[in-house]
Amino acid sequence: MSLIAQDAPGKTILLMGNEAIARGALEAGVKVCAAYPGNPSSEIIGSLSSAAETMDLHVEWSVNEKVAMEVVAAASFAGLRGLCSMKQNGLNVASDFLLNLNLSGTQAGLVIVVADDPGGISSTNEEDSRIFAKIGDLPLLEPATFQEAKDMTRWAFSLSEDLGLPVMVRSVTRVSHARGNVRLDALPRPAPKARFDVSRPRLAFPPFPNHKALHQKLDRARTLVESSPYNIYRGPDKPELLLITSGSGWMYSLEAVMNLGVQDRVGLLKLSTTWPLPANLVLNHLKQAETILFVEEVDPFIENNVKELFAQHCMEIGLKRFYGKAAGTMPSAGEISPEIVSVALQGLLKVSYKPRPEEYTKKAHEAAAELVPARALGFCAGCPHRATYWAIKRALTLDGREGFVLGDIGCYGLGWGPSGFFQMKTIHAMGSGAGLAAGFGQFERFGLSQPVLAVCGDSTFYHAAMPALVNARYNGSNFVLLLLDNSATAMTGFQPHPGTGRTATGKEAPVLDLKVICEALGAKVHVTDPFDLAATTDAMLKFLQDREGVKVLILKRECALVRSKKQKKLYQVEVNHERCLGETCGCNRLCTRVFKCPGLYWDRVTGKAGIDEAICTGCGVCAEICPASAIRKEVA
Amino acid sequence: MSLAKDPFNIIIGGVGGQGNVLASQILGQMLVTRGYVITIGETYGASQRGGAVMSHLRLSETDQFSPLIPEGRCDLLVSLEPVEALRILDPYGHPGVMSLINTRPIFPMDVISGNATYPEISKVITKIQALSKKTWSINATEIALDMGDPIFSNMAMLGALCATNTLPIDRQGFEETIKELLPSHKLSDNLKAFDEGSKAVQEL
Repeated sequence: MSLIAQDAPGKTILLMGNEAIARGALEAGVKVCAAYPGNPSSEIIGSLSSAAETMDLHVEWSVNEKVAMEVVAAASFAGLRGLCSMKQNGLNVASDFLLNLNLSGTQAGLVIVVADDPGGISSTNEEDSRIFAKIGDLPLLEPATFQEAKDMTRWAFSLSEDLGLPVMVRSVTRVSHARGNVRLDALPRPAPKARFDVSRPRLAFPPFPNHKALHQKLDRARTLVESSPYNIYRGPDKPELLLITSGSGWMYSLEAVMNLGVQDRVGLLKLSTTWPLPANLVLNHLKQAETILFVEEVDPFIENNVKELFAQHCMEIGLKRFYGKAAGTMPSAGEISPEIVSVALQGLLKVSYKPRPEEYTKKAHEAAAELVPARALGFCAGCPHRATYWAIKRALTLDGREGFVLGDIGCYGLGWGPSGFFQMKTIHAMGSGAGLAAGFGQFERFGLSQPVLAVCGDSTFYHAAMPALVNARYNGSNFVLLLLDNSATAMTGFQPHPGTGRTATGKEAPVLDLKVICEALGAKVHVTDPFDLAATTDAMLKFLQDREGVKVLILKRECALVRSKKQKKLYQVEVNHERCLGETCGCNRLCTRVFKCPGLYWDRVTGKAGIDEAICTGCGVCAEICPASAIRKEVA
Repeated sequence: MSLAKDPFNIIIGGVGGQGNVLASQILGQMLVTRGYVITIGETYGASQRGGAVMSHLRLSETDQFSPLIPEGRCDLLVSLEPVEALRILDPYGHPGVMSLINTRPIFPMDVISGNATYPEISKVITKIQALSKKTWSINATEIALDMGDPIFSNMAMLGALCATNTLPIDRQGFEETIKELLPSHKLSDNLKAFDEGSKAVQEL
């Protein structure tokens, strides 16, 4: 049963912010939903796909965010409400289309949800997507609670139809990936029949008059947002300090004010329509206070826009002291927290706050410092990527020409660190490893004598690496692409992709075979199983020493987490204590010190290696690396 | 039962892959069904790659609170791994905190590689006790391994949590929530893990 498709108006359930957004779309009668997975946005489409059958929706994992947005725009043009969702990086990919779509305008409600990742907890970058609303002259909404995530998404559809423009909804990790009570409303009537009105072509061109018309629509949006019930003020009429916030900052600020007991001194203005700003509302509140503090995540977006408004109206509203990112009151990067808001308020209001006795703090801190080891991120037990990087390290060492690996984002991005034996030397956008390799692979004539390797995951290949491969082939580049095919978009939650033979809604789909595609692009292709370390290393070495053209080595092995859901261990793995020579073996604890799969441990009592039964997934790779053949695997 | 404090702040901590997020979701749904207002904040980035993870659960009779518990304000800690409890108590504990601990360690990469050592469990528990008003410790992983799969540790911990009588939850609420959130064939195993966890606390 789909959690979000319950036809139970009035019922209160616990929903993740992303599920609440999806429910809001269902209540608005969304018909077409598309996205490429990316945290913290992935569960929006994930949950909509579970509702696809009951609600008769088209839900798809698209090949990338630009195509997702195009698919959804087609829905809008055909009179069907559409939603696409993405993380901040995804909007960069889709932005080319978005900044044309604003000019052509839209018909049925079109909502673009962008979930930003303050602090870059699961991203390669930290970026504020809100600036795109300003560039594109598009309305921007920022829900602050789970209920608002649902209700404002529903509202975004009607606002979009009202204005004939796509509406952006900006979420952040602590809204998208948090859960809270949500009261459900009714699900809608059947949708209209799809039809594209050819008498009304949707052309971005000609830009100049369309740009002018767009500004008129935005002016209308300025009026509409003034009366939005989602912009909320709480506090005295004339506060000593006006705190202006949005999104996750709202609940942090409420709590900080409560804990400091300064409810009588601080006014909280929560803005949910952050572009265009509700100018009159903001000016009215600015008039009442001299000191203003901005609390928002990532860039000073509201801060700068409010200051712009202030500059225009300073003669009417008087001088102000602004605190926020520009003044250094709030950090210029990273997530905010209840503490950060509390510390800022303590400084500005000259109050102090101690949540617990100093002595406890000291004792807790000493216990942690003395006993708690760091917990670095690494590949899961039985992850094929660990075996792949082991083979890479071995092949590059044997090759001996200081070859290097160019990478991108995905679980395999951990290849930069200890778990991937520090092999990955560049990480940027989706597919950038292949693109950089297409460049590096042409520098032999300028003296580059190092072999070039790129890694890329299966889902990433379809998303962004294919053009790089086309480019490399066309321009005569020479490198090896390692295509890590684990049959899943693993990092974001195992979503299917064009190579898996399944769609977002679990229907059968044609498999776009990686080997066939790469061969068609003129690459030399070989397929290997990374768990077979010897064969994989050999294949890599052979390709490294082939100095002509593009070579693609497909490393095919299912993600350990996906496999463990379907079947038990491949092998029963054990350490033979007679054979394990422990500290006296010349290997210097190769299995735990270097390979360091979480399924292994070093037993300090016996001085020998051991297998942690609670963690080992039975891949058997450690049996291959033990020089004393002390690790034994038997088919489970 | 009325809450000892409002909001009552709970942290479920552990290591990526231990089922921390699911445990918090189930506990949250059990409490929503009872009419409480819940907020849960989850650490997601490291959730499947061996990192330290936490779910912050805010329980209130009236209001929605922020998804992050302010420092020094955790009232109840459920740790699926022993040293993770100390990692969490450092910023979040206070003299009134109650702690429920799974005593089975998961070694961090630095311990596996020999760059760091994992402390004696007894020493860890002693420190947790010194930092908590009340402490319960059970080996939930062993319960799960006896059932054939370590994945049940989180459900055993929920059973244990229920037996501590610190929250307005019961077995029936757990059963209803499992039926609502998980495929039906998983019900009996999860109930068994829950019962075994409860028993472990009752036998302390």
